[in-house]
Amino acid sequence: MGKTLLDKVWDEHTVRTLPDGRTQLLIGTHLIHEVTSPQAFGMLRDLGLKVLYPNRTFATVDHIVPTDQREEPFSDPLADAMVKELRKNCAETGVTFFDLPSGNQGIVHIVGPEQGITQPGTTIACGDSHTSTHGAFGAIAFGIGTSQVRDVLATQTMAISKPKVRRINVDGKLAPGVYAKDVTLHIIRHLGVNGGIGYAYEYGGSTFDSFTQEERMTVCNMAIEGGARVGYVNPDETTFEYLRGRPYSPKGAEWDASVSRWKATASDSDCVYDDVVNFKAEDILPTVTWGITPAQAVFIDEAIPYPEALPEKDRATAIEALEHMKVSPGTPVSGLRIDVAFLGSCTNGRLSDLQEVAKYIRGHKVAPHVKAIVVPGSQGVAAIAEKMGLAEIFREAGFEWRGAGCSMCLGMNPDKLVGDQLCASSSNRNFKGRQGSPTGRTMLMSPLMVAAAALSGEVTDARKVFGIN
Amino acid sequence: MALEKITQVTGRGVFVPGDDIDTDRIIPARFMKCVTFDGLGVFAFADARLHDKEAGRVHPLDDPRFSGATILLSGSNFGCGSSREHAPQSLYRFGHRAIIAESFAEIFFGNSTTLGVPCVKMSQQDIAGLASIIESDPAALITIDLEENKVTVADVDFSGEITMPGHAREALTTGRWDSIADLVDGLDEVRNRVASIPYLASGAS
Ligand code: SF4
Repeated sequence: MGKTLLDKVWDEHTVRTLPDGRTQLLIGTHLIHEVTSPQAFGMLRDLGLKVLYPNRTFATVDHIVPTDQREEPFSDPLADAMVKELRKNCAETGVTFFDLPSGNQGIVHIVGPEQGITQPGTTIACGDSHTSTHGAFGAIAFGIGTSQVRDVLATQTMAISKPKVRRINVDGKLAPGVYAKDVTLHIIRHLGVNGGIGYAYEYGGSTFDSFTQEERMTVCNMAIEGGARVGYVNPDETTFEYLRGRPYSPKGAEWDASVSRWKATASDSDCVYDDVVNFKAEDILPTVTWGITPAQAVFIDEAIPYPEALPEKDRATAIEALEHMKVSPGTPVSGLRIDVAFLGSCTNGRLSDLQEVAKYIRGHKVAPHVKAIVVPGSQGVAAIAEKMGLAEIFREAGFEWRGAGCSMCLGMNPDKLVGDQLCASSSNRNFKGRQGSPTGRTMLMSPLMVAAAALSGEVTDARKVFGIN
Repeated sequence: MALEKITQVTGRGVFVPGDDIDTDRIIPARFMKCVTFDGLGVFAFADARLHDKEAGRVHPLDDPRFSGATILLSGSNFGCGSSREHAPQSLYRFGHRAIIAESFAEIFFGNSTTLGVPCVKMSQQDIAGLASIIESDPAALITIDLEENKVTVADVDFSGEITMPGHAREALTTGRWDSIADLVDGLDEVRNRVASIPYLASGAS
């Protein structure tokens, strides 16, 4: 019987079985950021432990970085202290830091891949739940808590039990105007926000085969929103081409040897999955969330559901969502007036996301009542986008063009919703209070749908706005 | 590192109803600007508590009847969302020593176990039963017994069956819930493993 990629990577990285039955798993690559690492360095000092392999940990700043004022000191003294703390910790321990002046700073899940640090067949951990993003390269990547950040710093390992594997097939061709974001929201809508608990999601099928590396990242990014801590796609030529020539990618003879090893880590054709779920690409339409969990989603031509029409277990949360979102059941999602449009985040803040939107918005203007911001996911993305003239296209259409960071994905930097503003967002979480205002309201959708909402001033079908059919 | 063996947690309970209570709800991100976890207790459920206050309601965590409760009850998929350990840290520092829910998100579960805070699953029906007991008698003393797999209430005829993954029970009841000591014990084997994996062996120092 064949093995899954998860089996192979797990076996190779298993150090031993711990007394409580969990695996002591070697973490090949460790990524850290300013929010969840300072306490870990503190614990390390308290315990008198050192960073075991400083060359296997990489740091950047993203969550608290302002996207407009980029010079230090930041106006928020707490944010300023957090950046300086990370800088100090990296300097003291020898960890590589993609710092603000480096030109390589950005959201940790965008920086890892663009540097070529994220590689197939590896294990990756980061104190951030969207670490699942890196699975797009055929890595097994875990979001971890701060005590585990400490564990990985001190021992390059962590204690964990092996998940089961659910294969999720999506086959066929997506219709024009339908994106990876719609695929991932669709999967969560059907399997639920807790459907993935205990599982790693292996995404495959012809839709994934033809996806670009960046599209695969968008889907794996949201595996955690479906309850699966790990999501991955088997590595293939698309993956290798993406990695070729990146700063940390193997070079020369080492490149060829790596590619053959990477190929061998893909799941065997005769492996057995714990579960298999199938979707058809042609069934998927542009999707938006109307509630406070990513599973509370509908197609753009649907209405907000009546709680009575939902399965009983979903009703209480639906009622809570209707109250928070200030929407009524039966109302079409199309036509809801928005106040803010946010294009960015580790889900959709990559170059291809910005390129796709820029292709369509020329000659359009952001609606006067909408505040629209574009936040490139990294300084690397920003630099290329600026060189390509994308920044100019966005500015001309009335979007603000910002510096790299998490920005309005979460309320830890100056970019926040105010009061009960409704935001069309390309990010991954629509939880209550997520975007910085306790009463703020978030609707998740693809970047092009965010742009369409920004221009129209309301949630709307991007295919109609831009004549896509 | 000898840690306390956690076989039982006894205390008063507080019920925060709802499914899919995410970590942004447990501690909103804007309160995570800190370099230690020390002061996080006051921010537990900060927005929800404020929201209730403004609406003229009292959030369970602010209800004087449940003040001092150490066992938190909630619905399904508790702790979903972000990996922030700030969430269990804030509950711990608020005073909670165990959580009973229908189910838990994985990262939250692991983070809590590492702090020595058992997260046990109980059926919706039993949680509702327990919630109504503490509603009528907030002083009721709840005991979670990790060895007997049940929840009981002193002087009340209630017994709820609980489940918990074997490794977490083992870790808590044998005093190994913080895994760092065990991981450090394996360092020689870690170095051997690193040397045998091509992408690590080449650059390892
Ligand atoms: S962009 Fe959002 S989801 Fe991604 S790492 Fe930043 S805060 Fe987390």
